[in-house]
Amino acid sequence: MCTYQTEVLKVRASGKTPTGWESMTDATVYVDHPIHFPAGHALMIDFLNPSLGASARVGVEMDERSARELAHSILKALDEAPAGVLES
Amino acid sequence: MTHNLKAETISFAGHEGDEIEGYLAVPTDSASHGSVVVIHHLPGYDESTKEIARRFAANGYAALMPNLYHRLAPGASADDAAAIARNAGGISDEQLVGDAQGAMHYLQALATSNGKVASIGFCSGGRQSFLAGCRLPLDAVIDCYGAFVSTDSTPEFPLAVKGLLGEIHGLTGQVLGLFGAEDQYPSPEQNNDLTVALSAAHKPHEFHTFEGAGHAFFNVDRPSYRPESAVEGWKIIMKFLSKTIGDHHVHLPN
Repeated sequence: MCTYQTEVLKVRASGKTPTGWESMTDATVYVDHPIHFPAGHALMIDFLNPSLGASARVGVEMDERSARELAHSILKALDEAPAGVLES
Repeated sequence: MTHNLKAETISFAGHEGDEIEGYLAVPTDSASHGSVVVIHHLPGYDESTKEIARRFAANGYAALMPNLYHRLAPGASADDAAAIARNAGGISDEQLVGDAQGAMHYLQALATSNGKVASIGFCSGGRQSFLAGCRLPLDAVIDCYGAFVSTDSTPEFPLAVKGLLGEIHGLTGQVLGLFGAEDQYPSPEQNNDLTVALSAAHKPHEFHTFEGAGHAFFNVDRPSYRPESAVEGWKIIMKFLSKTIGDHHVHLPN
């Protein structure tokens, strides 16, 4: 199914797009039909900067295990980073 | 027979008169033919759906697929445009109907049109095809595994999608539904609810549910593809179109 299920959040980030590095202002996280990943459904993340046009996008598609391990690894890396080195 | 065809990107007037992109495929050897509005799925105005438009032309029907995301991302690749559309919350039912209406009018204005128009959509487009059939004077409606036709989307879906049972009275054309028995969105129970509602409203319809198939069984480049169901499904679609909008046996002289 096309799930329509989408988490939308504002981010402060940079991403490497087809034309080079750009500021990314939005992220969408969703489970739906992937474009390329060989499965019926996948966890997808898009980093976007809509003000720069639709091609200012970095997208990834992955299976559930990869997504959960990625989420866990992000939190672990943040938790274990030396205090004060990351700007919030 | 396989018809000669011409396929191209065009611009036409969609919802509220906006000029939007569309993919048009037309048989070039038919003096008179029916037409099909092809509604793309949530992943966008992509190559696989353009191929579906060409399939209709090869079978003797003109087909036009509106790019529902053109306003949000003109000129963008299909996947980038779909990502922008999702980030923006999708498109409204009103825009869908307006774009489908514009496509219907464009097809009816073709010199070789017999005036009859069907709609077809897959996945999210299946619901949108049904919606178009409820609000536009279409001659036939094909819903391929569209979710949220007989039910509303559930609260955990941030993009609210309303069921269409309350709009069935507006249907003017026959309805064809093609579903997978292993699909849960829509589930066989939901499809049964829909057929009961259509029968109660005296709306002609035929539903086919394929065993061993789940969602998106027509999609040839995805793992969900089920060749036996898809081949049989295409036969059913072409037979249905011949019955409802057909006039494609009149050929131009060589």
